[in-house]
Amino acid sequence: MSMTDTLHDTAAQTAEGLPDKGGPAQPLLIVKDMQKYFPVRGGIFGRTQAMVQAVDGVSFEVKKGETLGIVGESGCGKSTTARLLIGLTEKDSGEIIFDGQGVGDSLNLRDLRRGVQMVFQDSYASLNPRLTIEESIAFGARVQGLSDPIGRAHSLMERVGLAPERFAQRYPHEVSGGQRQRINIARALAMSPRLVVLDEAVSALDKSVEAQVLNLLADLREEFGLTYIFISHDLNVVRYISDRILVMYLGEVVEVGPVVSIWEDQAHPYTRSLFSAMPSMDPENRTKTPPLTGDPPNPINPPSGCRFHTRCRFVDTVCKEKAPALRELPGRGGHCAACHLHDPDSGHDKAGREDIW
Amino acid sequence: MAIAETIDAAPAQRSGYWAGVASRLRRDPVTMICLAVLALLILSAIFAPFLGLQDPYKGSMIARLKPIGTPGHPLGTDEQGRDMLARLIYGGRLTLFIGLMPVVLAFFVGSILGIVAGYAGGMVNTVIMRTVDVFFAFPSVLLAIAISGALGAGIVNSLVSLTIVFIPPLTRVAEAVTSGVRSLDYIDAARASGASALTVIRVHVIGNVLSPIFVYATSLTSVCMILAAGLSFLGIGVRPPEPEWGLMLNTLRSAIYVNPWLSALPGLMIFITSLCLNLVSDGVRSAMNVHD
Amino acid sequence: MLSYFLRRLILVLPVAFGVSIICFLLVQIAPGDPLTAIMPVDATAEEQAAMRAAYGLDKPLPVQYAIWIGNLVQGDMGRSIATGRPVAGEVFGAVQNSLVLAISASLIAFPIGVFLGFLAGYFRDTLLDRAVTAISITGVSVPNYWLGIVLVIIFSVQLGWLPSMGAGPGGSQEWEWNWLHIRHLVLPAITLAVVPIGIVARTVRALSGDILTMDFVQALYAKGMSRFDVLCHVARNAAATALSVMGLQLGYLLGGSILIETVFNWPGSGFLLSNAIFQRDLPLLQGTILVLALFFVAMNLIVDVAQAAIDPRIKRN
Repeated sequence: MSMTDTLHDTAAQTAEGLPDKGGPAQPLLIVKDMQKYFPVRGGIFGRTQAMVQAVDGVSFEVKKGETLGIVGESGCGKSTTARLLIGLTEKDSGEIIFDGQGVGDSLNLRDLRRGVQMVFQDSYASLNPRLTIEESIAFGARVQGLSDPIGRAHSLMERVGLAPERFAQRYPHEVSGGQRQRINIARALAMSPRLVVLDEAVSALDKSVEAQVLNLLADLREEFGLTYIFISHDLNVVRYISDRILVMYLGEVVEVGPVVSIWEDQAHPYTRSLFSAMPSMDPENRTKTPPLTGDPPNPINPPSGCRFHTRCRFVDTVCKEKAPALRELPGRGGHCAACHLHDPDSGHDKAGREDIW
Repeated sequence: MAIAETIDAAPAQRSGYWAGVASRLRRDPVTMICLAVLALLILSAIFAPFLGLQDPYKGSMIARLKPIGTPGHPLGTDEQGRDMLARLIYGGRLTLFIGLMPVVLAFFVGSILGIVAGYAGGMVNTVIMRTVDVFFAFPSVLLAIAISGALGAGIVNSLVSLTIVFIPPLTRVAEAVTSGVRSLDYIDAARASGASALTVIRVHVIGNVLSPIFVYATSLTSVCMILAAGLSFLGIGVRPPEPEWGLMLNTLRSAIYVNPWLSALPGLMIFITSLCLNLVSDGVRSAMNVHD
Repeated sequence: MLSYFLRRLILVLPVAFGVSIICFLLVQIAPGDPLTAIMPVDATAEEQAAMRAAYGLDKPLPVQYAIWIGNLVQGDMGRSIATGRPVAGEVFGAVQNSLVLAISASLIAFPIGVFLGFLAGYFRDTLLDRAVTAISITGVSVPNYWLGIVLVIIFSVQLGWLPSMGAGPGGSQEWEWNWLHIRHLVLPAITLAVVPIGIVARTVRALSGDILTMDFVQALYAKGMSRFDVLCHVARNAAATALSVMGLQLGYLLGGSILIETVFNWPGSGFLLSNAIFQRDLPLLQGTILVLALFFVAMNLIVDVAQAAIDPRIKRN
């Protein structure tokens, strides 16, 4: 297939995708105060005994054409956030606004699913073992009633680097992990989405394959004008692909900002310890003290005040009493952090000091 | 572009899943022999009228309880002088029908209930599965006898009671398999593409849960066979004078002092059938790579 | 441990409630008017109505159920239509005889099944393993009512060694522990033991085979532990599951011995049940089934609790 064909197909697909409504200045996605608690049932009658506060008042924006990386420890609510965004899990409260339209008000779930797709971590579990690759890719387009699902599947297979004549009739167990993840990407793109949520999409791949798939993702973003939310625990990968990074801890956003700004100077003590946990290539630059001690607290009973205070080096009385709000740091290009240290009026005795780090 | 990785693809295997199962079955002599025996039993039962057998209903007062090997009656005669060979072959009709049909019916009902419970989860699951739990409080023999005993003898009543007996175990297996599949990402991916629950079940669930449920169902056929004949043996299944192996075993019991081995013949037929069913079920299980 | 027991006990209550509903409905699905069995053929309409009222049959079903269950918890299961005696007494007498049979069969089946299964699991994929597998498949495939008849033909009719009918000499209905009665027990107990031998052997084979290939067994050998001590470890790991299978089998034997009791005229619950069916004695049918099912439920509970006592992982579910 020649390049012109590909471009032609691309044009055809965007024509069938959801139209751009709000214009370039309107963020593609706005999330306001999104909350999801999961009930913990137990005891004799299986009553709800407690709530896991998986996602608790999360707000952020994703601009058109950018990639937002979400990082955090396992169990911090990254994946729940992803599932809430594409409607696989129902949110308890909060707002999701997709290109100016509120999900649930002016945009129903079915249309949202045309606009938002997801790629999962486990490339094998996310493909039906009984369907051929072409059927798996064509399924979504078929369900949405798009024209020529099989032809669409073939051209996308070509685009992600899998020759249709060799792969279309195969089953998922007959291809490699990297190839499966390419199939999953093609499957997500078959619906001509505008936002793709990649939930640890490259984490299970070998490093060399991971790099290839990351490059593919970057090319596809360019070509189809996509917007990504890229969830990962691997900071290097996130840095490579993202424009902005959002850091989550125990269901809350603790820091968000441009990649460069965060890479240069992490504002939140938690982000800082995450970064210092990264292995360095420089033998002189050893990590000598454990950056983070202990396990994350139980999300059923999160700590009062700032949720990180049980593990924070700079903990002060105010941290235990009052939860810090997400504040923009002056002169940092939209870099925000939720920490009393950056609020001169918070009452934290080290607030505003730069020499403590 | 990162197309290099696709070059090392393994040679394409186009042979489907079922072809593999069939070829593994063909290499398993025990299963093949048992399948042949079962086929012979079923075919001879179906085509019994064309085999030149004697009338299985016509008795003779003077030719009662003739031993095996009597001229004209290779397997002897029963307590009413009816030809045993004819009755055993004709007996396969009702015995196999009542012995296998309930599992087939329960397979459909149990699969539907279990898939719905496993896919829907929540309240629907609780209602279906707690009801199933209650039926598990009865040993299967007891439940079959209780329902058949209350309903009374008759072919339809036997079918009903045995189907009720086998719905709960099949529902439980179907539910377990379905909730396992339900938690896999490809179901989420399908839901995320906007497909309705019915479409997701039809395209993505059924194909992946049916073979374990089917294998489990085949393992129930032997028990069902024994139970069905047992109901007739107790006198709450098929009514006389129909030839049926369990019922024949019952009526010939009084003859054990006159012609002992003759009276064991119908039971031997039940035994052979149930043994073959068990062995075939084991063979199918390993050919389909299903593990408990 | 006590809290686990209580939790399981409370989980059993809804099941027991469901069981009582099914037993109550058994009488409702029975064709025909329950009164025809007890009323004279020439009874007038008024007499019939009076009888109906006396038995509470004129009330709506939920009320009838409430009355029935109310009597039940006081130990009153109604009266047998055929004999006029209280159902409870008849059932408990018969269940005792059935228990003698079921426990004897278990005592035969469990040691043999465990032994065979362990041999097969330990010597996996040898001739011995195949022989045991063949035995257990035959065991679960044989219609045991037919096996009973075959044993009677061999040992009573042809050899004349053992009696074929009843629980004791002269059609004795009362079980006693003496040689004359035990002679009557041998054939039915062996017959009843065949299926559980197959099932227990199969379970134990799978269990010990699986456990022997686990990493911790290699670690024990590597530690220099003797073969026997390693076997003890394996046995302890297999015990919880094996025990639960055997406990359930005992429950099955009690409820499932109906056909065997019919073959041997054993005066147990199954024999009672088949009498109840043929005399259309519905209260007796209902009572017998209820008691057997509740016994099975109780057996499940005991097995669960015993399993939790052996295997600490279960308590924490």
